[in-house]
Formats: sequence, C-alpha cells, structure tokens
Amino acid sequence: MDFTLTEEHRMVQQTVREFAEKEIAPIIKEQDRKQEMADFILPRMGELGILGICLPVRYGGQGMDYISLGLACEELEAVDSTLRVVMSVHMGLNSMALFQWADEAQKQRFLVPQARGEKIACFGLTEPGAGSDVAGITSTARREGGHYVLNGEKMWISLATKAHHALVVARTNTEAPDPHDGLSAFLVELDSPGVKTGDIHGKLGVRAGSTGWLAFQDVRVPVENRIGEEGEGFKIAMSCLDNGRYTVAAGATGLIRASVEASVRYANERKAFGRDIGRFQLVQQKIACMVQSYEAARLLYLRAGWMKNQGLRNTRETSLAKWFATDASFQAASEAIQVHGAYGYSDEYDVERYLRNAKGAVIYEGTSEIHQLMQAGYALGYRVDIPLRCELPAYDQAFWQEE
Amino acid sequence: MKIVVCVKQVPDSAARVVVEDGRVTWGDAPLVINPWDEYAVEAALLQSEAHDGSVTVATIGPESAKDALKHALAMGCGEAILISDAALTDIDSQGAAKVLAAAIQKIGEVDTAFFGRQAIDGDMGVTAAQTARALGWPMLSLVSKVLALDPGARTVRVSRATEEGQQLVDANLPCVMSVGKDIAEPRYPSFMGIRKASRAVIPTWSLADLGVPAPAAVVRWPELLNPPAREVKTEMITGASVQEIAETLVDKILAEKVL
Repeated sequence: MDFTLTEEHRMVQQTVREFAEKEIAPIIKEQDRKQEMADFILPRMGELGILGICLPVRYGGQGMDYISLGLACEELEAVDSTLRVVMSVHMGLNSMALFQWADEAQKQRFLVPQARGEKIACFGLTEPGAGSDVAGITSTARREGGHYVLNGEKMWISLATKAHHALVVARTNTEAPDPHDGLSAFLVELDSPGVKTGDIHGKLGVRAGSTGWLAFQDVRVPVENRIGEEGEGFKIAMSCLDNGRYTVAAGATGLIRASVEASVRYANERKAFGRDIGRFQLVQQKIACMVQSYEAARLLYLRAGWMKNQGLRNTRETSLAKWFATDASFQAASEAIQVHGAYGYSDEYDVERYLRNAKGAVIYEGTSEIHQLMQAGYALGYRVDIPLRCELPAYDQAFWQEE
Repeated sequence: MKIVVCVKQVPDSAARVVVEDGRVTWGDAPLVINPWDEYAVEAALLQSEAHDGSVTVATIGPESAKDALKHALAMGCGEAILISDAALTDIDSQGAAKVLAAAIQKIGEVDTAFFGRQAIDGDMGVTAAQTARALGWPMLSLVSKVLALDPGARTVRVSRATEEGQQLVDANLPCVMSVGKDIAEPRYPSFMGIRKASRAVIPTWSLADLGVPAPAAVVRWPELLNPPAREVKTEMITGASVQEIAETLVDKILAEKVL
C-alpha cells in the first residue's frame, strides 16, 4: 500500500492551488456579495486545462488520472466552493458521462470541445418536483422521426446560464412498468430553439457561482444526441452521480482544510485572558476534530479516486466519501466560526462563507439522508451494484497521454 | 536562439528561517524554485517563443534540487541540467558563477543566459554579474523589458528599471540578463508540462564533467545571527484635555526623533 502522491500529482496540486489563491482568493468576497460569478473564471479554467484535467489527450483533455481530478477539486474548494462546483458539473456530471457512455462520434462532437474548455457543460436531472425521487421526473422526450421533442423544466442547475451543453434526463416512455426504465439521457445544445435558462438568486451559499434553471418547450433534439440506449437514462444518471459525488467529496475535504487553516491562524493570533486562544483546551478540541475529519475525508476520497483509476466499481465508496466529507465540512466550518467568535460571524473573515457554502453539498448529489440509506442498504445486503453496459474506463497512462 | 536560465532551489518564502547553533534552518518547510527565478524562466520562455529558440534550465544543488528544475520544465523549458558535486556544498556566489559559466560554455552556442535578480536565501544578488564576468559577456542587470532582441544581428536592447526611472541599454549577444518583477507574470506549469517534467530524465554534471576545479570560497560567513528581537514599549498618555494629550504626544515623537 502506497500513500504517497506522485510527483505529477504534487505538481497538479500546486498549479491548481496557485491559480485559486492568486486569481480567485483576492476577488471572491466581492463576487460572493454581488452574487455573481466572475466572467474570467470559466475561460481561465479552460485555458489552464483544468476543465479537461482527467480526460485523454485524444479527447482534448490533459491526460491526468482521476486522483488528479480529486486533488484539483480539493484545492479549488479550499478557496471557494463555486470553483469546485464547476468541476462537479462540467467534468463529473457531464464530460465523464460522455467519456463513459457516448459513442465515438458523440465524443468528437461534444466531449472534445468540452475538455478543451471551448464549450461549458452542465447537467439537468433535478426538477422542481423531483430531486431525490429521480423516478418522479416528468420532463418528456417524445420521438418524432429523427428527433426527440423535449418538454419540461430542470431546477437547481449549476452553470445553467453559462453552459453550452446540458446532459438532460427525460422520460421517453411514460408507459414503462418501472418508471426508472422510462428515462433516457440527451446532450442538449442550449442554443436550440425552445430552450430558456435563468439564474436563481437568494441562495444561502455558493453565491459567487451560477445556479439556475432550464426550461424546454418543444425543443427538437436529434436522435444522434441521445447518450446511450433509450431507457438507459436512470443508469446513466446514477453513474454521473458516482463521478459528481467524487468531486463533491474531494471539494468538501478542501473546505475542511480551509476551516482548519483559518482556525489555526486565528487561534495563534487572537488573545483572551492573557494568552493565545489556541492554548485553551476547548479550542484545541475543535481544531483536533477538524484535523481528524480532514484526514479521514481525504483518505475516503483518495480511495474512491484510486478505485476509479483501477476501473473498479466505486458507487458505495464514493457515496461514503461524499456523505462523510460534506457533513464533516459543515461541522468544521461551523466550529471554525466558533473559534473566530463574533469576527467569524461577519464576512470580514472567510469562515462564514465556508459554512454557507458547505450546506449546499449536504443536499445536492444525494442528500446525506440518501447516502445513509445507501450505506445501510449495502451493509444489510438490500443493495447490490449490477455491472453497467459501459463502465468508466480505468486510467491507462499510455492511452490517456498519447497525442 | 539558444537560451539558458539559471535557477536556485531555496526554502519556501512562507518558511520561518532562523539561525540555530550557528546554522540556518527552515524546519520542515518545503524547498521551492527561487521566486525571482520564476521571472527569469518566464523571460527566457518569452524570448524563446518569439525567436523559435530553445531554453535549457540549469541549477547547482543536490539531487533534490531536480524539483526546482522540474518546475521550470513544467513551465515550458525544453531541457534541464543538474550540476551536482560534493565539492559544491559550501560554495559562495563567485564559485557558483564560475561553475555556471563553465556549464553555459559546455552547453555551447548560448545566446543569452537569464537569472532572477537575486535568490531569496543568500540575497547576494551578484551571481548573474559574476557569471557574466567569468564568461566575459556583457551584463544587463535588473532588466524590466527586453525591447528588441535580434539573434541574427547579435544585438539586444533592454529597458532597465532604476529608482530614478528607466534606462535604455544596448548590448551585443551573447549576454547575461538578470530580471525583476516587471518582466512578466510567470506562467503556471501547464498540465502538459507537468506530464513532460515528471517523465524527464535530467542529466547530472559533476565538476569533472565541466572540467573545472572545485572553486575555493572567497567570501566566508564567520557568524550568522537572527535579527534582534523587537522591543515594544507601550505607554498610555494621559492628560486633562485632548490638547494636552496631543502636545505630550508630539513632544515624545520629537524626542524619539520619529519626526
């Protein structure tokens, strides 16, 4: 067993850290207040290759492995959750799904520009009336000759107004005995007639990001844009979540790290009763718990990343990593505020933003409650993962890096 | 157009560097490429891109100094050379300059050698000039912009930043340049560069390979001291009125020669 990161991993980590700290950290508070994503972020992430980090060079990516994706997400969210959210939707929920499920022509048309960062991608699963209950999706895609006619609405969609492509799950068979089997997945080009998008404001957190909605009215989607077979939509959506949740887990780990670092810094400079507050045991306990959850969260997501590299099914491990890291990040941010006292409650310090940002991840990509049901299901033997028609390819350096 | 950029591995600028038992220590802080040298690498890459040239990065140090070279490779340098020899452990800047000059000559047909303005550990800031002297090349220090470089005509025109303003300076190639922050913001290592750097096999040259004797140090450090601890005295000024307090304060400021 080898716990050391490779030289390549360490350099990836360093590069992404420098980008986030130099270019985003100085402006993040202002963007958070304005509730706007800075315009330069997506093109810059594309230019630096972050938007294609773990995809093969032949598909426009950078040829790094899945652990590099996790490390990048940890670094991004250590500065702000909205940066990691970009990776969750553009890479985890969309591009990796294309890499896993799309045919070669679709990869060339859609994946290559996404990996290069020329096209931004989002993911449309959740609806105003269907979140955890995926089978309750009411958007429909009716086949008409060489097209599907898409109708419906998607809600809480990160990058809805920034993206060019959306991977949308809609119902193609309203008669299916099991409603899960009536869903299909489509790559929808968001400049198609009948597509409307909008932003949602007034969120508790991820305010410097873009969260919105997609509305489809008689949108004609060519059959060639259907990803996978008709009726495979639910399986595809679940595999998307295996990848999206991985990025969320890694990111939440970064948020815990940011909470520890902020708390340690403050505990060493703030004095009370004549000494550094770090000398008080109850402050020490908070910091010790944050360190514990950081290390555990990191091991959990790195194991999931390692399993992805090996081509092993990791639905259970990724769910566990996501559940643990997001709950722990909310707790860590809350304790970081407590360490900062009243200052932590104001936006003079970053920790209040950490708390507001952490709450979202406890809800999206499987609420903590869903993950508990999953973990219990595995433990009790109620839940067994069935092999997929298309598994996420194992990382193969030679294949990934061949020009 | 053949360019060499000379870099040094130093303790991270965030490290707490202290003297313990007469030796400098930075605890377990990581070693990084000297931040000033990142500007030199950027300058070298810009010239190389403009003139379809090549950049070789060189450093003197132990095996672990390859990390600094790999950082430069990941930024885009084409080749790297580590100069390592047991006799080079405690050299001074003049010794380093002689060795670097020998390496530049061994690389051969070099048009320009770039340096950062100084290393953040020794802070001597003279290695570039000493290397130029050892090579017999013109030295352009504190270059803020390379205005025109013509490899064919063998000329270069640069702008130098001085406290009073800017100087335009012309010189012939080959030359040595040291650069500061104005030259351009250093690029991040690219992922493609990282892949290349992690696979790079970096040759190690010894003094024997360079054909030069071990340089004797001409500057010694008989003693290293921590900066004196700052003594802070706090005094509350009281008085019957604001006027009186202000006058007392002014008297004290004048007495302390702050103003």
